[in-house]
Amino acid sequence: MSEPDANDPKDVGTTGHEWDGIRELDNPLPRWWLYVFYACIVFAIGYWVAMPAWPTLTGYTKGILHRSDRGQVVSDLQDLNRIRGAEGRMLRNASLQQIEADPRLQAYALAVGQSVFGDNCATCHGTGGTGGKGYANLRDDVWLWGGTLQDIQHTIQVGVRSDNPQARSTIMPGFGKDQILPATQIDDLTEYVVALSGRKADAAAVQRATPIFQANCVVCHGATGLGDQVKGAPNLTDKEWLYGPAREDIRGQIWNGRGGVMPTWQARLDPETIKALAVYVHANAAGK
Amino acid sequence: MVVVIDRTRKVSGENAAGPVSVADRVRRQSDPGGGLYKRRTPIYPKLVHGRWRRIKWAMMFVTLAVYYITPWIRWDRPGILPDQAVLIDFAGRRFYLFDLQFWPQEVYFVTGLLVLSALALFLVSALFGRLWCGYACPQTIWTDLFIYVERLFEGDRNARMRLDAAPWSFDKLWRKVGKHLVWLVVAFSTGGAWIFYFHDAPTVLPAFWQGHAPATAYIFCALLTFTTYVFAGGMREQVCIYMCPWPRIQGGMLDNHSLQMTYRHDRGEPRGPHKKDATWEGRGDCIDCGQCVIVCPMGIDIRDGSQLACINCGLCADACDEVMVRVGRPTGLVAYDTDSAVTDRVEGRAGVYRLIRPRTLVYAGALAVVGAVMLWGLTHRTFISVHVLRDRNPTFVRLHDGAIRNGYTLKISNRSFTTGSARIVFEGPRGAHIETPAAAETTGPLQAIIEANTDRAVRVFVTVPGDALHGPRLPARFTVTLPGGTETVATSFVSDAEDEE
Repeated sequence: MSEPDANDPKDVGTTGHEWDGIRELDNPLPRWWLYVFYACIVFAIGYWVAMPAWPTLTGYTKGILHRSDRGQVVSDLQDLNRIRGAEGRMLRNASLQQIEADPRLQAYALAVGQSVFGDNCATCHGTGGTGGKGYANLRDDVWLWGGTLQDIQHTIQVGVRSDNPQARSTIMPGFGKDQILPATQIDDLTEYVVALSGRKADAAAVQRATPIFQANCVVCHGATGLGDQVKGAPNLTDKEWLYGPAREDIRGQIWNGRGGVMPTWQARLDPETIKALAVYVHANAAGK
Repeated sequence: MVVVIDRTRKVSGENAAGPVSVADRVRRQSDPGGGLYKRRTPIYPKLVHGRWRRIKWAMMFVTLAVYYITPWIRWDRPGILPDQAVLIDFAGRRFYLFDLQFWPQEVYFVTGLLVLSALALFLVSALFGRLWCGYACPQTIWTDLFIYVERLFEGDRNARMRLDAAPWSFDKLWRKVGKHLVWLVVAFSTGGAWIFYFHDAPTVLPAFWQGHAPATAYIFCALLTFTTYVFAGGMREQVCIYMCPWPRIQGGMLDNHSLQMTYRHDRGEPRGPHKKDATWEGRGDCIDCGQCVIVCPMGIDIRDGSQLACINCGLCADACDEVMVRVGRPTGLVAYDTDSAVTDRVEGRAGVYRLIRPRTLVYAGALAVVGAVMLWGLTHRTFISVHVLRDRNPTFVRLHDGAIRNGYTLKISNRSFTTGSARIVFEGPRGAHIETPAAAETTGPLQAIIEANTDRAVRVFVTVPGDALHGPRLPARFTVTLPGGTETVATSFVSDAEDEE
């Protein structure tokens, strides 16, 4: 055989390295491998010139392309805002009713609303919007401050008992805590409220409480206990209880007169987002 | 101790086992030492005239015409739908095929089409051998085309061999450069035509040149230009022999009764040179002129018998027929024939051809069944699909009067070309009331407009009076009707009501 045999130590020699009797043949590197290696060297030099590469005392070499991951993020965000801007303009110019009625705008508003709700509202109202004790359920048909699109939009804008001067605000007195009424009368009132919602109650207590209710509660809750959405006074005759349906819950609320706080959002969310949020809340409460 | 891994192939000349084609013999002569890779022996197929060559030219013309013209067929579709007869719209996730359009959800039609094609290939192979490889495979078509171009610049077989052996000169240079340039143009047209199947052709053509076609258009055009140039220009028969799985699979489809390009050795042997006017007594018809070998685009010798590299194209038959006519013997020494018939004749019987065999019956039966299922599927397609997602957060909502409300998202697809109003009917617990946000209060069933060729998510709320509920999870179903069909989807209505015993 005229050509040297790559596997024959006599032909190609060894490197002199030996492990347990296994010697390393001194074959040259494959050509293709060598060329790839040279190409990598050329590439690396080009990369140093073009891209950020070497640290210096005060920073690093910027490269002639001025590429920067941070700059990329900034420009990506600008692109995102530009894309969103197109859809956002549609929200700005359409009325809440138009947004909800147009399948395309509704779908967009629901998507925006869901994301914004999860970021800002779910902390209190829950990710499903069903609230909890002291936090309003946004999925049912009971609204403290009104459930039309405009009502919801306004509530989101100004908040409830927030630091916004136009905030929806009403204070229920703590009849027990502030010693407006004695404990026995509060017990009677509790029975009265239980009776209002159509449940069994102590008839004598109800009778005793009637004048107390007229004197203290009708201003806000109305003569028949139907409540008033302008004042944010809950309807006492239905099956929805913000602070719980049990007697001790109702008594506790009369005693303490608690009122929750919802922040004003108009300084933190732009008008289009608030619109989307209003449509999201409204549509997910079946839109009535 | 020295451990040396020996990767040397042990080949010892003519006596080695394995296929013994002329090309193999040449390869062994040119590369006796072996090594991991065989050195390619260039093949210079000679131009041949005859029946199969004419059919191949016709097939080349027809298949190339189909490939290049199809994307330019216009097909009027309503509205903003694309007016291209055949369009695979990845961005819009649609496949348009004349009056049909398929959504990704209906990918089983594509699967069915592939199964159908595979079975048709099996059947044709079992009956007539690798006709696909010889006449219709793009590798064959484009290789043929590239050889045609090569011949325009460098002449036929002998001229090409002389040119390759000659030292570099101006004549050689311009012929080589010209050939490669035309090859590149052909390859680019191939890659360029490919992208028309994925974009509106009249739009993407100018956009491509103006530089604002989608990036995928440039990438795939470049990719197919590259593969066409390399596969058809440089690699040719190596693609069939080393890259394509089909030659390996075909062994499972072929049997002794499959028609294949066959050297009828019953007639040809013993072969040998024949002098003019010498007797034909005691010898075969094969005059060992080698014409069948030098016209073969695969570089094989058909006289070695059926082999992996043979693509069944029939060019050797054309070449042999020409010679047979010249020496005054009957044509058909190399022809489409079956192993079984040849054996029959060797043993003195008349050759029997059996097209109807268990194998072909099974393939034809499977083909008919799959075809029938596909046809049934196509004619019984509905143009609507509905998915119901019940809200899981919250699972249900209690209303002021104690009624329970469940929320659902109905994803309704209108796969037809006409916008329609979907009628949504809910069947479930007694007294159920169905509504959707922002819809005007109506007494009839719920309606939602679904635009042509789109899908839409419709939020639907169902309210059931508290006293109508007798269990935590009650069966329910939505029935949605569009002009294109009706679909019923089962779901459930959830509340905290307890089971009634």
